[in-house]
Amino acid sequence: MTKEEIGQAIIEIIEDIVPDEDCSAVDPSAQLREQLDLDSMDFLDIVMELRKKYGVEVPEADYPNLATLNSCVEYLEPKLADK
Amino acid sequence: MSMTMSRKTDERIVITGIGLTSPNGNNLGEFRSSLLSGRSGVRPYTIRYFGETCAGICDFDPRKYQKRKETRIGTRAGSISVYCAREALLDAGLTQEELTPDRTGVFIGITEHGNVETENEIHELKQYNYDVKCWSHHHNPRTVANNPAGEVTINLGITGPHYTIGAACAAGNLGCVQGLQQILLGEVDVALAGGVSESIHTFGIFAAFNSQNALAIHEDAEKASRPFDKDRNGIVVSEGGALFVLERLDRALARGARIHGEISGYAYNSDATDMVLPNPERQAQCMHRALERAGLTPNDIDIVNTHATGTPAGDVKECLALREVFGACDAVHVNNTKSFIGHCMGAAGALELAGNLPSFNDHIVHPTINVDELDPECGLPGLVLNQPRKVEKVDAILNNSFGMIGINCVLVVTRFRD
Repeated sequence: MTKEEIGQAIIEIIEDIVPDEDCSAVDPSAQLREQLDLDSMDFLDIVMELRKKYGVEVPEADYPNLATLNSCVEYLEPKLADK
Repeated sequence: MSMTMSRKTDERIVITGIGLTSPNGNNLGEFRSSLLSGRSGVRPYTIRYFGETCAGICDFDPRKYQKRKETRIGTRAGSISVYCAREALLDAGLTQEELTPDRTGVFIGITEHGNVETENEIHELKQYNYDVKCWSHHHNPRTVANNPAGEVTINLGITGPHYTIGAACAAGNLGCVQGLQQILLGEVDVALAGGVSESIHTFGIFAAFNSQNALAIHEDAEKASRPFDKDRNGIVVSEGGALFVLERLDRALARGARIHGEISGYAYNSDATDMVLPNPERQAQCMHRALERAGLTPNDIDIVNTHATGTPAGDVKECLALREVFGACDAVHVNNTKSFIGHCMGAAGALELAGNLPSFNDHIVHPTINVDELDPECGLPGLVLNQPRKVEKVDAILNNSFGMIGINCVLVVTRFRD
């Protein structure tokens, strides 16, 4: 997957997790939690969806990498390179 | 004269709000209109693994009171509970601001809880070759037994007590009793009390009743639920909910609330005989005790709403109990709500009571429908068959609810009089 595809995949996952939120104008460099009503349980859902959809494991120690859309893409790119 | 009349106003508990969803109506007006016009809520239904059957399905809009995220994270039972609680408060004329959060409690009867979520999760897990890493962290908050009541507290910001009352199919009535008792104990001023069920979303309940030869089968779904009919062959599983706003009479009068009825008597007991088969002796005893607590005799009761579910054995047993209690009464009217909506399980008692409460004002007794040929063993005097009956007065309703393992709960509700 390209960086762009990964970013889009993350947004699609988040849209399902917080369906009341408008995810169309997320600032990729800003904290996701500051822009959307995302709590810690929602981040567990993001981790779960990455596992189910893409077979990607995100260990708990790596959760800080999911803070912004950009950091998500950076972190996931090597894991999703051949997907 | 009822014994309740001699109770002080702070010892009398009245119903000031009704919120419900039934397979044939999403508020009391719609539900009552369906009951008086013979409109069934039972429809053809398909559920995974089990296949085609029929069921009572509710079509209320969960989004009326919940965000999308709340319905995604929560449960069907939670959504039914939130809808009923909100509608009950609306009917009671109580805004969220008028509720004192820590003096309000939520007490919800359930037949079971968590089967739906567990089946869903296992079905999902199967897609991932049973890798338990794919088991959702939402499973526990969804399946804790207090979930349906707890979702109401979160939705409404209620900080008083909440829990569910697990009481098989007597749960709807027992939820009401619990609410009443918590008010009398001084734990709360306002109780949201009743019962809910989401059971149609678990294939297990259909499969189990089917294995027991107790699941209704009929080519016309609307005819499948037929208590007291000679050709009845089992239960129609339904979902639904009914929650009442309960308050002390003095409080209700002080705020000028409309009073739907007064819970004058109640009783609950156990058969202590069988896992499944009911015990008419204990059922009769329960009815007698409820009447005694209300200070009434069988002759004072105008409507008996039966529990009968449409199983060949169960209906006959309840009729035995009813003959024992009401055999000498020539003015009692006997009906059955499940013939319209199927068996709403944990909601049944509360929902069926709600459907009968308007009789205090309109003096009409809704019938039991689908009785093409009355089973002689169910031939109770006073049965209101197929067509509603206009009567001179309705001052007292006795509402039966019985459940598996031998749990019985009877409510006596009277028309409010000063």
